[in-house]
Amino acid sequence: MLDVVPETARVKTLRLDVPDWPGHLPGQHVDVRLTAEDGYQAQRSYSIASPPDRPLELTVELIEDGEVSPYLTEELRTGDRFELRGPVGGYFVWEPSRGGPLFLVAGGSGVVPFRAMLLQLASTGADVHATLLHSSRSWEDVIYRDELTELADAEIKVVHTLTRSQPEGWDGYARRVDSEMLTEAGPPPDARPHVYVCGPTPFVETVANALVGLGHDPATVRTERFGPTGG
Amino acid sequence: MSDPIISRGFRGRRRDDGGGDRIPPGQYETDDFPVLSAGPTPRTPLDAWDFTIIGEVDKLRRWTWEEFRALPSEEITVDIHCVTKWSKLDTAWEGVAVDTLLDGVETSAEYLVAFCDGGYTTNLPLEDVLDGKAWVAFAYDGEPLDPEHGGPARLLVPHLYFWKSAKWVRGLKLTTTEEPGFWEVNGYHLYGDPWRGQRYWGD
Amino acid sequence: MDELTLDGNAAAGILQQVFAAEVTTARGTCAGCGQVDALGAVVLYSGPGLVLRCRQCDSVLVKVATDGERIWLDMRGVRTLELRPEGPA
Repeated sequence: MLDVVPETARVKTLRLDVPDWPGHLPGQHVDVRLTAEDGYQAQRSYSIASPPDRPLELTVELIEDGEVSPYLTEELRTGDRFELRGPVGGYFVWEPSRGGPLFLVAGGSGVVPFRAMLLQLASTGADVHATLLHSSRSWEDVIYRDELTELADAEIKVVHTLTRSQPEGWDGYARRVDSEMLTEAGPPPDARPHVYVCGPTPFVETVANALVGLGHDPATVRTERFGPTGG
Repeated sequence: MSDPIISRGFRGRRRDDGGGDRIPPGQYETDDFPVLSAGPTPRTPLDAWDFTIIGEVDKLRRWTWEEFRALPSEEITVDIHCVTKWSKLDTAWEGVAVDTLLDGVETSAEYLVAFCDGGYTTNLPLEDVLDGKAWVAFAYDGEPLDPEHGGPARLLVPHLYFWKSAKWVRGLKLTTTEEPGFWEVNGYHLYGDPWRGQRYWGD
Repeated sequence: MDELTLDGNAAAGILQQVFAAEVTTARGTCAGCGQVDALGAVVLYSGPGLVLRCRQCDSVLVKVATDGERIWLDMRGVRTLELRPEGPA
């Protein structure tokens, strides 16, 4: 572990040095395995937060009664080591060569693989129009908030919805993602966008069903479920 | 497998104030009750639920939920051991002893298959569910058994790994030969004694 | 759908040890109902091994268990698997 960057009160990004890392595609994940001195092991999957052209980064949300996330976010120090297997996954992958438009819908920490995708899009300068619809509980809980604001330009649109509380003067979305919001924020089905939905399982189910209901071809909608609260 | 990298300071969720000789080899004690499942949680309404004894029997036995709950039941406190390495001590259940359900059943069978809503099965030697070794449990910790933990009723066979304590159990099929169940056909040990570490084939 | 369930993406790590090709993009035909889905998209249950189930009919597509050295794979529930050995689709 090289260093830790706090993203929000409960979320941190770990920068890692991985010997012989073979490279990866945005959207892939790694399986992290921790072994205690007496041999006890725990394993979890984390989406890769970094694009391929920089050192590996994982973003981890602290789950209150979690087993692995408290270790990764609170105990881990520079120089500590753990095992990871990967990169893994080819289904939930997007690279600029696939073209667009790109429609990314994230619930909470579901935004992690999308950071990798958008950073790679920005660094390759490919001619792809991308929209990120990002659902968070509050402005303080928005992961990568400032980084995404800087990334947004003519080609990359970032739309937030804050479901529990909003800052004073907020004039953006203030509810859970629904069909109306998807229609307003994202490209229409006949633009045949590449759609990716990531986040807690109930969020992904609701959003994926809404997208198909709006007319998006199910084959163009790719999903990654994080379970009840996160990776 | 090569030696794993030890992560400094990682301990995990288990307790270790000496369950001592109550913890089988390779197991770790926990206070949690993790939910593991091979499929979606079934939601059979109680008025559609029944429990049957079928297969190599003199005659089929069947109880509706009311009939089942009218049978004598008992409260038991047991240690349970999951093949995924967690053990939980002193878990409190209430259930009908399988002895009660098999009382008066004439059979030449030496084995059984427990079958469940959702299609899960597990196999056991008949003698491992007799003589006070197994129950069909309908309550845990003083409350009706939660669906995600197997409610309305699950098999409880604490002396074997907990995948044998089939959730959402609906009956027992008595068999003359051993018929490996859902996980036993796919690498998990046919018998499953935690004290001999019988987790997988060949253990 | 139970909120605890993940999808086949979470099985990619162990399955990549078995197959030369990327498996989460492989499209499986359910032997129960004929539904075709990428394995990364189907429903995953954990306990104690991994079970992938059809999104349409809930039948078991794949069972995977491992003791760390051996992997046991049951793919009876997949009538046909379509793979691209060169890499992700």
